[in-house]
Amino acid sequence: MIEINNLNKKFNRNEVLKNLNIKIEKGESAVVIGRSGTGKSVLLKCLLGLLRPDSGIIKIGNKNILGKNLQYSNNKSVKIGMLFQGGALFDSLNIWRNISFSSLQNKVSEKECKKIAIETLEKVGLNSDVADLYPSELSGGMQKRVSLGRAIFSEPDIIFFDEPTTGLDPITADVINKLILEKVNDLGATALTITHDMSSARTIASKVYMLHEGNIIWGDNVEEMERTKNEYILQFVNGQSDGPIKIQNN
Amino acid sequence: MKIFTNVGSSVINFLKETGRFFIFTLKTLKSSISKWYFKNIFQQMISIGYLSLPVVALTSFFTGGALAIQIYYGGNQFNSEVIVSSIVALGITRELGPVLGGIVVAGRVSAAIAAEIGTMKVTEQIDALRTLSTDPFEYLVFPRVIAGIIVLPILVGFADIIGIMGGWFVGVQSLDFNGSVYLQNTEIFLESNDIISGLIKASVFGFIITMMGCYHGFFSQGGAQGVGRSTMNAVVSSSILILGSNYIMTNLLFAS
Repeated sequence: MIEINNLNKKFNRNEVLKNLNIKIEKGESAVVIGRSGTGKSVLLKCLLGLLRPDSGIIKIGNKNILGKNLQYSNNKSVKIGMLFQGGALFDSLNIWRNISFSSLQNKVSEKECKKIAIETLEKVGLNSDVADLYPSELSGGMQKRVSLGRAIFSEPDIIFFDEPTTGLDPITADVINKLILEKVNDLGATALTITHDMSSARTIASKVYMLHEGNIIWGDNVEEMERTKNEYILQFVNGQSDGPIKIQNN
Repeated sequence: MKIFTNVGSSVINFLKETGRFFIFTLKTLKSSISKWYFKNIFQQMISIGYLSLPVVALTSFFTGGALAIQIYYGGNQFNSEVIVSSIVALGITRELGPVLGGIVVAGRVSAAIAAEIGTMKVTEQIDALRTLSTDPFEYLVFPRVIAGIIVLPILVGFADIIGIMGGWFVGVQSLDFNGSVYLQNTEIFLESNDIISGLIKASVFGFIITMMGCYHGFFSQGGAQGVGRSTMNAVVSSSILILGSNYIMTNLLFAS
């Protein structure tokens, strides 16, 4: 469903993505792991059309959407959802307006939007009491849940998760991981998550890809990741400073 | 050799910035023929206009009063009742009302817009808007710009009245002028063109203030420090552009 071929992106002279190739099947929950600064967020932004790649092909379904904003391009055949690293909830709007933002812009009545938003809140484990609060009145974990609610509100075909557990304690992170897994399965959506949290990867992924120096150097299922002798994977999964992945400026 | 490198890089940066602003302006104008978010426009009209009224009113009142004193003591005190009232009225409506009003609103509104949009940029809220099928130019930028263009003339209209009343108050209370004669003289000397020219200027200033706030906020980078820098740049650039464009408009409106 998502196919990326020979994707290149550089900033000035810094090549971030170098002939990157990846294919994610429909219904698959792919997780891209890799060190900070390897281009994970750039890959996601290229997919969303927030950054324009220098060259390559990005296919969603059979359409090449390179450099187009997935939502602007009026690609009505594919709906997407996105959970941002920091939640990216709109400060000026209360929780139910945040969740139902897309419907509110499409002239769906406020009453209907609020009703569906409260149902969505319940799906992500929050009760209706928070509907009228503002993002700043919620804890980090609750904000992530609301953000997840906003991402699944329109029942998307593809959902992107950018570091979904960053900044959360391990228990809340596990709750979010399980919620992601549950909601992705419920919707039957294709999911792409970028993270360096291995426990998150193990919970969410049906397939794991390792991004290193701008390219995918390994990709397989979670069981294979635990068995592999690939030195890059071993170093990353075990969190070792010694290995083929060189640490610069440390 | 280094001096050429520095000059060259400054010129390139200036051209880059000008080009980026030009594209930003085109996108804003383009969004005017797309979806209008009336609720956002109304909210911005309240925020830019209604909430700026107290500070603009105070500025105008004291400026009108100070102007009256300056004219009275700085000039010939013979026939001063006519001279003070006419110069206060002309000075306030043609120049001081729009310019001081513009500068005060620039400090308040341009900074607030840059800080708000800048924070949205660095916390990925603008990216989130895009992923929710909403064009940030239509949703964030255009409502602020159109609200600024509409509201600034109204604000300056109030500033004109309050500024003239400031001059009248000082004239009557401190300079022993006859209040009704003062107002009669104001009415005689003030022409509709004086007021209209000030309101045209105010509309242009509204565009400048909101565009600078949105532009600098939109390209904020690097967290709190970046947002702070954008806020400062928005206020400085809008203030300079207000003064520069005021000179050009004064030339166009009055020199001919």
